[in-house]
Amino acid sequence: MARLIKSEKEVEGRYEEVWTLVEEDALDQWPAGPGDVVGRDATRLDGLVKARGEARYTADIRLPGMLQAALLRSPYAHARVARIDLTRAAAAPGVLGVVGPGEVWGVSEEIGFEGSAVAAVAAETEAQARAAVELIDVDWEELEPLLDADEAVARGSLVAETRRYERGDLEQGLAQADAVVESEYRTQTLNHNPLETHGCVCEWRGDAIDVYISTQYIWGLRRDLAENLGLPADKVRVVCEFMGGGFGAKNGLGNYVVLAAELAKRTKRPVRCALGRREENVVGGNRNATRQRVTAAARADGTLTALAGEFTCALGWEGWLPPTAGPTQLLYACDNVRTVEHGAKLNLPPMAAFRAPGFVEGTWSLECVLDKLAAALDLDPLELRKLNYAHSDPMDGRPFSSKNLMECYRRAEPHWARRHEVRARSDEVWKRGMGLASQSWYGGGGPPSYAWVRLGSDGRANVVTAMQDIGTGTRTAMAQIAAEELGLLLEQVEVQIGDSARGPFASISGGSSTLPSMGPAVRSAAADAARQVLELAAQRFDREQRLLSLKGGRVVSSDGGSWPIDEITGLLDDGQILGKGARGPNPTGMRVLTFGIQLAEVAVDVGTGEVVVERVIAIHDVGRVINPLGARSQVEGGIIQALGHTFSEHRLDDPETGAVLTKTLDAYKLPTIADVPEIVCDFVDEPDAHLTNLGSKGLGEPPIVPTAAAIANAIRDATGADVTSLPITREEILRALREAAERRREPVAAGTP
Amino acid sequence: MLRVNGHAYSFRAPVGRSLAEVLRDDLGLTGTKIACGEGHCGACTVQLDGMPVLSCITLVHTVREREVTTIEGLRDHPLVEAFVRTDALQCGFCTPGQIVSAAALVDATPAPTRDEIRHGMAGNLCRCGAYPRIEEAISTWQG
Repeated sequence: MARLIKSEKEVEGRYEEVWTLVEEDALDQWPAGPGDVVGRDATRLDGLVKARGEARYTADIRLPGMLQAALLRSPYAHARVARIDLTRAAAAPGVLGVVGPGEVWGVSEEIGFEGSAVAAVAAETEAQARAAVELIDVDWEELEPLLDADEAVARGSLVAETRRYERGDLEQGLAQADAVVESEYRTQTLNHNPLETHGCVCEWRGDAIDVYISTQYIWGLRRDLAENLGLPADKVRVVCEFMGGGFGAKNGLGNYVVLAAELAKRTKRPVRCALGRREENVVGGNRNATRQRVTAAARADGTLTALAGEFTCALGWEGWLPPTAGPTQLLYACDNVRTVEHGAKLNLPPMAAFRAPGFVEGTWSLECVLDKLAAALDLDPLELRKLNYAHSDPMDGRPFSSKNLMECYRRAEPHWARRHEVRARSDEVWKRGMGLASQSWYGGGGPPSYAWVRLGSDGRANVVTAMQDIGTGTRTAMAQIAAEELGLLLEQVEVQIGDSARGPFASISGGSSTLPSMGPAVRSAAADAARQVLELAAQRFDREQRLLSLKGGRVVSSDGGSWPIDEITGLLDDGQILGKGARGPNPTGMRVLTFGIQLAEVAVDVGTGEVVVERVIAIHDVGRVINPLGARSQVEGGIIQALGHTFSEHRLDDPETGAVLTKTLDAYKLPTIADVPEIVCDFVDEPDAHLTNLGSKGLGEPPIVPTAAAIANAIRDATGADVTSLPITREEILRALREAAERRREPVAAGTP
Repeated sequence: MLRVNGHAYSFRAPVGRSLAEVLRDDLGLTGTKIACGEGHCGACTVQLDGMPVLSCITLVHTVREREVTTIEGLRDHPLVEAFVRTDALQCGFCTPGQIVSAAALVDATPAPTRDEIRHGMAGNLCRCGAYPRIEEAISTWQG
């Protein structure tokens, strides 16, 4: 039965109290461990069509009569359009439509950052559209840009109100400590750079519009575009069959979509609008830079007495304040905690959620300063983390729905024990060491989410739900869940997703929520279909229904006897069995989080500052693992993206003008296959007994969270040098090595901690 | 005239049009992807007489009589199956380019070493980070 509950809804660490329609989830979880299909390696359902180049992405959509749009973007970070003349552009060859500032949402005369959209043109070809944009005549009134985050905070230029959190008494905690360490850490601005850039095709059909778009949230886009266009939501159809990555950058509605819709309306033709790579690197969204001043204090026995941090986030012109203080608040049992988070409003492109926003940056500082504290107390870093283990939510004492971080620590021990051997392999030039870092993040998902299962006379099942597969293998995991519940082979299940007109509401592919939100709905729909099959089987074979179950493609009776499932479904002819399922509520009064630990082995050339990461070991606790093959891919991919964050990726801005200097993939350096170390993956794979009918949490984000800190701690272990800034360039290593050498020369003054 | 995957196509294109644009927009062969459009990422890789080239920065008029092989011409290559088996793809957008590069690599070096794979494939970016699996797929492509 459906009911309304008031519940806490979390997306990317943002909580809000909302009324949510939920349906009861009466299914018991499957036993722990692999089933017939779930918990076993499954290759991707859509692997072949992708590998053969048959998968049709938004970038591949070609509609008859389709026009191409191009945008005029501001070259200045802060400016006003004093005068604009679109007439030459409108008259240019091939041009059929133009839109100027103020005519649609997100296109304005007031320029807040480089790349702000000012006007758009639709033409027969992309080359014509871009040529026409060059003909737009603009007088720009340049204004002084605000580019420094600390200055913005001091001036009160904020995107969001400063967020303060305090528990216990920080001063008292510091007074109780035998060691106090303070440090300042920085993280850089990072670009998502999905290989398929942001793009859409809009086509009006009467008073309704079809939008083909590379999006992480079909339903959010449908809602927001409908609102923007003043249409009922069911007049907007959103299609995303395949998408070439997102990483958080494609969660919401962008002005390029609204422009394409407007140009399509004016020209009465389908209009495609897609960002070029250089636009993507400016306005495609970014992980904001941070400056973090953190303090950690503990007694001699290692008990944490105080944690504090002031986090300044350079959010850009718009955005929201990510939970940078989250790890400091949540990861350890510590009575006295104070955090302050500022979100600076700057004349720089707006941030966007990027794979565990806030936690990636906040874990970097927390896990680095904790190792400094361990060194000050002469304690083992792993022991320090175990000593301060949080058995319940350190913010409010709530029990965790499940937490197997201690088991992750236990599994880390044999790897950690090798650190002496790793160090011993050092020579004069190459110093070797090992470091570790813990991880926590959200990833429990939530209602609502729905799925249907359609069973045909051939005994094959179709899962239908209007969700998107960002590339994590959503289709495959959903098929595994349905196959397990229906006792079918994986090959007997198809999954229809990617179209708001073809299936019920499905959740966002963000916040590691796809599997924990959608998976239980799919299982519930499959169970509904299975129940109907068994009802029919009971009648057909004259058995009591409670004796019957589905397994291995057969109806099995516990008193002996079994029949192929198509002896029942075969009776349907063109009839179908329709199962309907919904995601049940999250457990009340419990905190749902994901956990893990990563260990890194590095070699540092102390002469040149070159770092080679030789191995990363990742042990994660995300509840039940549905597809171990796909899960390992997620972990490896997260770690590799983290390696880019750690060493090579850095959006550089001109400090005078605010112009982005790294617009190409030549300048903004993504990791390549040659940069990849050995990666060892391990999962605790213990279902969360309180979370849904699956006990599964999400895994998209956790693996990227602790890597940078584990590497920095390994560098400290190898060399004694404290790196404090990301990316860890050779200059940063050499600076940290010089600082460490000076520290060794100057004996610590008595009395200072 | 353009020879692609064993077929001859006639096309009309202005000077300056790239091979990638002609393949995708004029011939409808959208398996070849454009991800950067300036030769930095490898998503648009095709073969010219067996040599991998970046079709987004190859002017179509310079191709002349050379045979163009795109992912559409390699659909039955054992590498395709190897990529699926080893989970060497996530979002899949870079995958056609990866396979076209890998096919050229294994044509020249049927049993490439780890270093040869890393050298031969370093020009094909994968933002999802499927690299360990790509290496595995290429190491085990012969089954």
